[in-house]
Amino acid sequence: MERKLARLFDVRRVIGGLFVVYGVIVTVIGLLDGPSEMEKAQGVRINLWMGLGMLALGLLMLLWLRLNPPAEPDRKESDQEG
Amino acid sequence: MGGLRLDVGLVDYLILAIYFATVLGVGFAARRAISSSADFFLSGRSMPAWVTGLAFISANLGALEIVGMAANGAQYGLMTLHYYWIGAVPAMVFLGIVMMPFYYGSKVRSVPEFLRLRFNRPTHLFNAVSFAVAQVLIAGVNLYALALILQALLGWQLWTSIVVGAVIVLSYIVLGGLSAAIYNEVLQFFVIIAGLLPITIIGLVKVGGVDGLFDKVRASALGDGGLHTWSTTGGTDNPLGASWIGIVFGLGFVLSFGYWTTNFAEVQRALSAKDMSAARRTPIIGAFPKLLIPAVTVIPGLIALVTVQGLGAEDGDYVYNNAIPLLMRDLLPNGVLGVAVTGLVASFMAGMAANVSGFNTVFTYDIWQTYVRKDRDDAYYVRVGRVATVAGIVVGIGTAFIAAGFDNIMNYIQALFSLFNAPLFATFIVGMFWKRMSAWAGFWSLFLGFLAAFALYILHLTEVIKFNSDLEQSFWGAGLAFVTAVVVALLITPFTPGKRDDELQGLVYGMGGMTGDVLAADRVWWRNPVLLGVIAVVLAFALYIPVW
Repeated sequence: MERKLARLFDVRRVIGGLFVVYGVIVTVIGLLDGPSEMEKAQGVRINLWMGLGMLALGLLMLLWLRLNPPAEPDRKESDQEG
Repeated sequence: MGGLRLDVGLVDYLILAIYFATVLGVGFAARRAISSSADFFLSGRSMPAWVTGLAFISANLGALEIVGMAANGAQYGLMTLHYYWIGAVPAMVFLGIVMMPFYYGSKVRSVPEFLRLRFNRPTHLFNAVSFAVAQVLIAGVNLYALALILQALLGWQLWTSIVVGAVIVLSYIVLGGLSAAIYNEVLQFFVIIAGLLPITIIGLVKVGGVDGLFDKVRASALGDGGLHTWSTTGGTDNPLGASWIGIVFGLGFVLSFGYWTTNFAEVQRALSAKDMSAARRTPIIGAFPKLLIPAVTVIPGLIALVTVQGLGAEDGDYVYNNAIPLLMRDLLPNGVLGVAVTGLVASFMAGMAANVSGFNTVFTYDIWQTYVRKDRDDAYYVRVGRVATVAGIVVGIGTAFIAAGFDNIMNYIQALFSLFNAPLFATFIVGMFWKRMSAWAGFWSLFLGFLAAFALYILHLTEVIKFNSDLEQSFWGAGLAFVTAVVVALLITPFTPGKRDDELQGLVYGMGGMTGDVLAADRVWWRNPVLLGVIAVVLAFALYIPVW
């Protein structure tokens, strides 16, 4: 039973969740960035790009979790077919 | 004061707060999975290789490492790359291919425990105690470094930062044990990279790309010597003040192999892997990100050198150690600034959590269970582990201030490692490959090797022997410790009784260990540790070519 609980808690869910949240926050800031922020970042829309990048990483983690859910812990002999 | 202060906004604090909440959440979630001491100290040996591999590299990616390597990048130039490409990757691959079968296969729960089985209890006790002390010291150094950075960047009081940092790491390890530490390390890895990447990107835009950066470095105080890794190492007339012999044998062999192959704070990540194949791949998977981390440490160091006026001051805000914080101040707008602050805090926690989780395991299994209270039930030792975690952090806070006396924190860490790790590596490598080596030879080679390194360190501090730099001293100290340990092992073994063959099964090369069953998972090429390891080493050498 304890093992089952452990299985529900997958690190990909944690990374995916955090990066989706970060991605959304930073992307929104990036859309709102004014000239002074742009100037500080040498003209790079860094918030926008990093925000979208983090969002993509977060979604990829969640997608990976979805496509390849954690294997049964008892079946030691590998998740070859995945 | 105030020179380093960042212009942090509400949103930056929001990003930091979300991170703290997530990290604590992982601690609570991991707690539900703990039903035995093996769950608490070894994650129940259930982790997949990519998780342990990223945790392995993250455990090394502490704030000291990042801040210190950027400082070295500004001070010594591209020669800092040696710490990654020759000073880490070969040793990580060696650990995975050669040594992991002994560690994982013998079912030991810690590095000191391996010494107890291979040699004797005095060897074990000496190593367990010295490891525990070193981990607490280093955790304290981490904590102090974090507090200094947060004081400068955010204006937090030193004690506020120390308490906040310590309480968060404490909470998630006490709750979730090694699983929480490992999950958070994997998370930290991504946050650290996301936080540092904008510095490199904007910095390179500012200096006109890599070509612009190199032109400006050539014109700087560091000069052309800062842009070469090997071609100036025929003598010691280079920024590092070290010849290729010192780099290859001191750093690349003794220091690096000592650190990566015998440091339990690292090896523990691999011991938590779900099977032998995953354990062997753990350090090798970690080697691939390690190849590229200089892009977010050494490169920003060089960018800081050419863009921050006055960097390299003896003290104050413009010391080399502030290279990354200064760039954050100059280049990052709110938003990515919050991620960068979070990344720095995360990196501090990663380093400290590795030290603390290594410490509590060695303290509980190797000191308490072996020498103090033997046959208690399993739940008792989980409680001991939790108390040890709290005690270790409290002592760590106390020792934090030792770090304050050193101009470059990284050098201090190197000095500590050269004292503890180099003789340990020598003892291990002789003991693993020479079954005749006796139990007492193990103890004396470890002990005298440590004394030799310690004596040289004292002579260096008192300036009886002069070295070109602290780093050069650490290379030679490690080399001396290694040679002493090997010679002592060879001299003592003939005069003391060896171990019986049946005591050495699975512990010594050629005595059991790898079986066909173990190798089954390695048949798919991308799971084959040897092939992956060779690729990592080839890449490491290929990366040197453009910066020869």
